[in-house]
Amino acid sequence: MIRYLLSRVGQSLVLLFLVSLIGFMVLNLAPGGPLSQFALTPGMTKETLDRIAEQMGLNRPLPVQYADWLWHLVQGDWGKSFRDGRPVLTIINGHLFATLLLMGSSTLLSVVIGTWIGIRSAVRQGSAFDYIATVAAMIALSIPTFWFGLVSIFVFSLWLGWLPAGNMYTVGDGSLPDIAIHLIMPSFVLALVNVAVWSRYMRSATLDVISQDFVRTAQAKGLAPRRVLMKHIVGNAMVPMITLAGMQLPTLLGGALVTETVFTWPGMGRLFLDSLGYQDYPVVMGLLVFSAVLVLVGNLLADLLAAVVDPRIRLD
Amino acid sequence: MTDPVLSVRGLTVTLPREMDRRHAAENVSFDLQRGEILCIIGESGSGKSVTASAVMGLLPAVMKVAGGQVLYAGRDLLAMPEAARRALRGRSLSMIFQDPLSALNPLMTVGAQIDEVLAAHGWRDREKRTAKVLDLLTEIGLPDPPLLRHQYPFRLSGGQRQRVMIAIALALDPDVLIADEPTTALDVTTQAQILELIRTIQRRKGMSVMFITHDFGVVADIADRVIVMEKGLLVEQGAAAQVLTAPEHPYTRRLIAAVPRLRETDRVAELEAPVILRVEALHKTYRSRSGFLGHTRVVPAVRDVGFELRRGRTLGVVGESGSGKSSMGKVLMKLTDADGGRILLDGRDILPLTEAEFRPLRPRIQMVFQDPYASLNPRQTVGASLTVGPVAQGMVRSEARARAAAILAQVGLDPSAYDRFPHEFSGGQRQRVGIARALMFDPEVLIADEAVSALDVSIQAQILELLAQVQAVRHLAMIFITHDLRVASQICDEVLVMHKGRVVESGTPARIFRAPEQDYTRRLVAAIPGSRWDSAA
Repeated sequence: MIRYLLSRVGQSLVLLFLVSLIGFMVLNLAPGGPLSQFALTPGMTKETLDRIAEQMGLNRPLPVQYADWLWHLVQGDWGKSFRDGRPVLTIINGHLFATLLLMGSSTLLSVVIGTWIGIRSAVRQGSAFDYIATVAAMIALSIPTFWFGLVSIFVFSLWLGWLPAGNMYTVGDGSLPDIAIHLIMPSFVLALVNVAVWSRYMRSATLDVISQDFVRTAQAKGLAPRRVLMKHIVGNAMVPMITLAGMQLPTLLGGALVTETVFTWPGMGRLFLDSLGYQDYPVVMGLLVFSAVLVLVGNLLADLLAAVVDPRIRLD
Repeated sequence: MTDPVLSVRGLTVTLPREMDRRHAAENVSFDLQRGEILCIIGESGSGKSVTASAVMGLLPAVMKVAGGQVLYAGRDLLAMPEAARRALRGRSLSMIFQDPLSALNPLMTVGAQIDEVLAAHGWRDREKRTAKVLDLLTEIGLPDPPLLRHQYPFRLSGGQRQRVMIAIALALDPDVLIADEPTTALDVTTQAQILELIRTIQRRKGMSVMFITHDFGVVADIADRVIVMEKGLLVEQGAAAQVLTAPEHPYTRRLIAAVPRLRETDRVAELEAPVILRVEALHKTYRSRSGFLGHTRVVPAVRDVGFELRRGRTLGVVGESGSGKSSMGKVLMKLTDADGGRILLDGRDILPLTEAEFRPLRPRIQMVFQDPYASLNPRQTVGASLTVGPVAQGMVRSEARARAAAILAQVGLDPSAYDRFPHEFSGGQRQRVGIARALMFDPEVLIADEAVSALDVSIQAQILELLAQVQAVRHLAMIFITHDLRVASQICDEVLVMHKGRVVESGTPARIFRAPEQDYTRRLVAAIPGSRWDSAA
């Protein structure tokens, strides 16, 4: 078990290294570079630019810059923003809660709704419900998140005026109910695709289990249908779902990026886009590594949880 | 004698419309007497399992009861509301199934699964339930119940799992136990133990058992009365002794005639036939390395096995699951590496050859697999499956096609089979396709791994006959791997008995089965179901 954990952590470190290396290369392939924003300042001279580059260490060869960044990172120094000089970790920390809140609530929504739809579709395979759920999932999967976000804003904020169009709280308020109202639309929009994915997988996982012999055994024991469904069918159908949840994390992060932008939600996704626009490389790199860590940790937790639930999965 | 616990009257179950017949069971009537073991025997598709499921109220959704009554304690089960029926299930009527691994929930400990049936029928006191679970585990003969009840099913052997199933079924002392092929998936020795257990408990509790099987040997061992079913119809019923020794219906007679028996005499063989395959000191050990840095699990599968196979002769390899017989087949086919020894195919050691060096020799040694459905590509026509190998070996396509047509005829299939897909065939026909596929290469050695184990007896007899016929025509050498000693005695010239990777005994079938020298062989032979009936017949 401990050996398994060590080996997983080892693999994750290698992956993180690769992610950061590729991220760094791609960033520096992009035209412009961090200095381009200064270049537009009126009265900027070549000498001043060179001096700034020297101060920021940007005049060094790229491998040296990367090695320097990595060396500081392993010591816990994630660097400082080019934009305002604040430490990267502080900036990420300022946006972390908003993103976790959004991702958490939308995951909860998609798991609860998706599981329910999936089970019901499977139990009533071929019914009107199943048919509608199938079509709806297909539609949900083909609608781009940003479009759905914009339409929701149009309908619920502009037309009906029920929900705020953006931000996480009203300026000067920030109470729990206020945040909750702001949360509704973005978390539903972000959940939509995941509900579709989740319900499809849950449906097929449930169908796989429903026809298995132990379900018949459970019925032969004289168990109530509800117990057969929840304990025997859903219990077994959930095992592959745990792994799926881990694998869905990157999608969720990507979706959060779009959703946060549409709803001006002050999370990591918006921070990422903003920083990219300013070519604020330390923050972009920090976010990249941070999300990679989130995904890897999430997947590790999912695998551990699956092993706890299913004794046949051996982690060693 | 007329004290029926359960009476089935005119039971008719309909099949979905697209099936080839309308009724899975039609107008079936019989009584289950108190304290008797009633065997329902028939081939696949005879409606025996459907009848049992209908009695339990566990029919798959696509099948509907169209008529009849199932009377239990004066009430018609079929007319009862579902809730009332559910209260009887697991308490008054219990059921055990064929495959005890898939019949147990993999995520629940065996203790919890026994406990559940008690809780479902009103045992509220947790401590009483736990005590009962321990009692039951002891009663069915499982070791160390306090430890075992916390185990998950996958940790148990097949026999132990079936014992757990029996514990679940017997937890509430039901009047009727329905056993649907409960020993079919088990080894002969385990089968004998489970049959013994069911019989013992049935006698002790005076319970009635409805035992579904396709094996007349099993019937001979435990049945008081027998019902024979064919294509949904009950064709014969009567006392076991009478049906087994003086069957009236032609179908029953055919079935009984098809049951493989231990032969008294050996096949006459020409000794001077040349040796085609010689195996010396073969070793195969499985090493499963777990994870990176993980410690290695070492399982010796084949240990120091050697034999000689002559052209036109058949070598049987028998043993229980895990004895190494299938591993040996895989090594011979070079589907997996060996760790030592020599495999001389026509004098040439094929073991050290690389895959590329061996490929030209592959046609000479071919295999027929157990599951004819799983071993054929479902998306390829039979013709494509037959010709792909020879064409890859360099045969011209038109020649391969002509050859396939000839071989399909030889294995008794219609020429139209060439363009059809595997799912359009019955199990027996698919196995014919499997044999045809192997014959396409015109092999010198044919390895048949449990090639008839999944088939009904009548089909089994046909396939065995086909193999014998093909062997005679082509002068094939055959290695016949099977767990069924009766089948081995039918078709083999010589038999190797394997146990834990070693050959414990070898000789002609008549010698091995009539006068076994080793304890293990004796145990195997004693466990053959229906041995008493066999010698009487």
